[in-house]
Parts: sequence; structure tokens; C-alpha cells
Amino acid sequence: MAEVDKTQLAQFLLRMGDNTLILGHRVSEWCGHSPVLEEDIALANTALDLLGQTSLWLGYAAEVRGTGETADDVAFLRDAWDFRNLLLVELPNGDFGRTMMRQFLFDAFHSVLLGRLLQSSDQTVREIAEKASKEVAYHVERSADTVVGLGDGTEESHARMQAALDYLWPYVGEMFASDETDRALAAAGVAPDPANLRDDFDALIGKVLAEATLHIPDSDFAHKGGRTGAMHTEHLGHILCQMQWLQRVYPNANW
Amino acid sequence: MYAQMIKSTGEGVKSRDEMSPEEAAFQEKVDADIKIEPRDWMPEGYRKTLIRQIGQHAHSEIVGQLPEGNWITRAPTLERKMILLAKVQDEAGHGLYLYSAAETLGVTRDELTEALLTGKMKYSSIFNYPTLNWADIGAVGWLVDGAAIMNQVPLQRTSYGPYSRAMIRICKEESFHQRQGYDIMMKMAQGTPEQKKMAQDALNRYWYPSLMMFGPSDAESVHSAQSMAWKIKVNTNDELRQKFVDQTVPQAEYLGLTVPDENLKWNEEKGGHDFSEPDWTEFFDVLKGNGPCNTDRLNARVKAWEDGEWVRDGLLAHAEKKAARKVAAE
Ligand SMILES: [Fe+2]
Ligand SMILES: [Fe+2]
Repeated sequence: MAEVDKTQLAQFLLRMGDNTLILGHRVSEWCGHSPVLEEDIALANTALDLLGQTSLWLGYAAEVRGTGETADDVAFLRDAWDFRNLLLVELPNGDFGRTMMRQFLFDAFHSVLLGRLLQSSDQTVREIAEKASKEVAYHVERSADTVVGLGDGTEESHARMQAALDYLWPYVGEMFASDETDRALAAAGVAPDPANLRDDFDALIGKVLAEATLHIPDSDFAHKGGRTGAMHTEHLGHILCQMQWLQRVYPNANW
Repeated sequence: MYAQMIKSTGEGVKSRDEMSPEEAAFQEKVDADIKIEPRDWMPEGYRKTLIRQIGQHAHSEIVGQLPEGNWITRAPTLERKMILLAKVQDEAGHGLYLYSAAETLGVTRDELTEALLTGKMKYSSIFNYPTLNWADIGAVGWLVDGAAIMNQVPLQRTSYGPYSRAMIRICKEESFHQRQGYDIMMKMAQGTPEQKKMAQDALNRYWYPSLMMFGPSDAESVHSAQSMAWKIKVNTNDELRQKFVDQTVPQAEYLGLTVPDENLKWNEEKGGHDFSEPDWTEFFDVLKGNGPCNTDRLNARVKAWEDGEWVRDGLLAHAEKKAARKVAAE
């Protein structure tokens, strides 16, 4: 198998860790504001799992970069152009329906991807995937249930879920838009080429969205630029303003 | 406390002669430390007082998510963020246990929520104070969870079974919260001059509101006397406040922080500290709705509830459809 380039491996790890970091941040914004107590607790659980995974991915990214940084340095001291998360995860929460639809679409992608990473040629990637895939199996079960419950609920909840799906759909294609880095990692057996995950993803969401009586938009237009860093949305800068504020204003403090 | 100024029957404690046979049998069980369970006979005043007390405690856990939740997206490290998120999640869990305990007394969670949102029921005064710097998250854990533990540890032995069991679960988590809060304070107090300033600022703002959590002196209160006879209150407010001060002052000294009270000093004779009373006018203002954050806190809860209505309705409608389809298939 081909030897993997450190820069490319680091890029992959940032893609993994930035997805979980930024989505974890978004989900944590619900804490104390959810529609029911049980949902509040469940969303906090999801955010906690994602942040735990972030420490592992970004910790390994720091190690591979070999610059003596910690996971915290990577999370709190990069500017927006160095982030490699999907645009989907930085989108604002919107209503609870949009949050859960975004969660479901990401969970579906994440669970398929992590499933493949269990076979990674890189031992650390394999170990992180083993831990994360167990958590994400639960996330996808839960978000799928909620999408079905609200899609097949009242007229209003159905309409809101359809609107959420319509809004988010253009951000799905980016998950599978592979580039040279992906091809190199696939050649080295570190990670699958995301393009090859699409069929499993479509099968999974097709089944759940049908049960939810929701209609998948028939457009394959895709916004891109998050995972390559070429162009994020305006929202990412605001997330970083909050997330990185203390670290930036009081550099080198020990918290 | 998380439950402040709880009114009982207001009639004072009945003597044995004034009690009906049922009341006397009930009081004997309480005196013998036999737990009262939901199906057991209980005086109406006991039931109502407990609903008020447990309900207010539950509301405090839920509203208490807000001041700390205010810092989740700004927590300075991944680990601190996770600890804080897990803590605020624990508080939601405490709310859940307590609402369940209250439900065993014949009131629904929705009814209690309604009473909170319309202002009919209160939550602890402490959560109407703002969290303004990161050290506030430390101070809340150290002082607010610390004060809560003072009250809740004795309540593990309270007479009502479901309440007592909820307290046992909750106390374990609260002592974690307090240690985590103190750990933040330690890092801040030993940190840069700016961090130390944040720590002192947090202590200055949270000291007196924490003392207020125990409520005004209630040694003379008929409500408290009845609640104590029923063992749903164990110590007087002053006893708990004294204990809290005596425990906290050395901790502040260890941090190298100054408790904002010029009159604070060790009194050898009583074996405890002398200290200044908080401003009780401020306390009653806060209870009336005039604390720095009352309006924001309640609005946040009302918004969460109203925005969530379509979700609750949607999930309920789906559950009903699913049940109907199952019946049709059989
Ligand atoms: Fe609590
Ligand atoms: Fe707590």
C-alpha cells in the first residue's frame, strides 16, 4: 500500500475533528433551551460525544503535524480558512426541526464513514473510529427516530421538516466530493474515498425519509468549500468569535 | 436554598390531641423515620407543601441551566467545555428526577411548568444573577452547588420516599460539581493577574447571593416548624448558612481570595465565624422579579416552551398514529 503523506493525513484528521468540533458547538447551543427536558439531555449527550471525538481527532492531527501543538491549540488558535469541516455543520441551528434534520444527515454520513474507518490501515484512526462508531450508531438511531416522528407528526411538524430538508439538501453533496487528498488516503488504505460512501448513505436516508413521509429534493446541486477550506459560510467566523475568544484575549493562560 | 420561603399550612404544628387518628399515625411513622410512600395516607398540607418545595427545587435546576449554559460556547478548552456541558446536563437530569418525584404527589410536569412560566411558582433567587466572566463558572460550582449540598445532604433523610431517593442521586453529582467549580477557581487564582482578577470579581459578586440562598432567618417561622415536624426540612436557615460560611472561608483563604465582608472573623466562643448578613431588601426584590436577570431567565424558559410546542405536538401525533396503525394491523 502507498505510504501516506503527513500533510494529507493531517488534512484528513482536521476534516474529521473540525466536523465534530463545529457540530458539537452548534448542538451545545441548545443546552437549556430545548422543547422538552429529555431532548435537552439527549442533545447535550450528542454534543459531549462529538466534543470527545474532537479531542481524539485533533489530538492526533496535532501529533501528525509535529509542531508541538495540543488539540486545544488546534481547536482554539486557527483562523476560519484553516478549518476543514463540512459547510453543513456550521449552518445555524434554525428551529429544532432543522437542527435534527442536520443531525440526521450528518449522523448518516458519519456512521457510514466510521464503519469504513474500522478497517483503516492506520492504527490510531482505527482506534478512534472504534470508539466513535459506537456513539454515532446511537446518534443516528436517535436522530432518525426524531426525523420520522416529526415528519410523520402533525401538518405543521411535517411542513417544518420538509422545509428543513429543502434548506439543508444543497449541503449534502459536499460530503462526497472527493479530492486528491482523499484519493491518496484511499490508496494508502487510511480512509475510504468519500465518493464511494454515497450509495450506503442514500440507502440509509432514503429509508428513513420515506418513513418520515418527506420528499428528497430532486436537485444534486452542492455548495462546496468547507472540507477544502476554499470558502466557508459567513457563519463560521461567528462561531470562532465565541469559541476562541478567551484563548485569544488571554493568550498563554492556563485554564 | 433551591427551595426558598416555602409556606406550609401556616397553622403551626398540631399537638397530638388535635390530630385525627390518621394524622397521629402518620406523624408516628415520620418520627420513627419510616418513609412515606406515594400510596400512603398523608395530610393534605404535607402533600401540598411538598409539591411546592419539590416543584421549586425542580424549577431551580432547570432555570439554573441558563447562567452556566451562558458559557458553554465560550469555555476556554475542550476539556472545560465538556465538563461544563456535562454539568449543565446533570442539572437537567436533576430537574427530571425532581419533577418525577413531584408527579407521585398527583401533579403533572406540565402543570408545574405552567406554574413556573406564569410566575405562580418560583425558583431559587441565585439564578437571577448573571455570569459575567469565566471564573463565575468556577464560583457557581464552588459556592452555589456548595450551598445546595449543605441543604440537600440532610434532605437525603427526608420523610417522603421519592424525594429522599432523588436527593441521594442528586447529592452525588452535586459534590462533583462543587469540586469541579473549585478546580476552576484554583486555576484562575493561581493564573495570570487577569485570571486572578476574574476570580476575585466572581467571589465579590457571588458571595452575598450565595448566603441568600438559605433564605432569611426562619427560627420563628410557623411554616418551618411544621416542615421540620414533617421532616421535609431538617435544619434552620441560619444553621445551614453558618455551616456554609465556616466551610467556605478557609477554602477562599486557600485560594488567596478575599471574602468581601469586613466583619468576617473567627469567633472562638461560638466556634464559628461572625459574618455580615446579606442585604435582605435585595433578596426580596429578587423574589419579586427585580433581580438583574429575572426577566431574561423567565423569557428564555417561555421561549423554549413556546418554540417547542410544535415539536411536542408532532411527536405526540406520530406516537398516536403509530399506535393506531398497530391496532389496525392486529
Ligand atoms: Fe443540581
Ligand atoms: Fe449542580
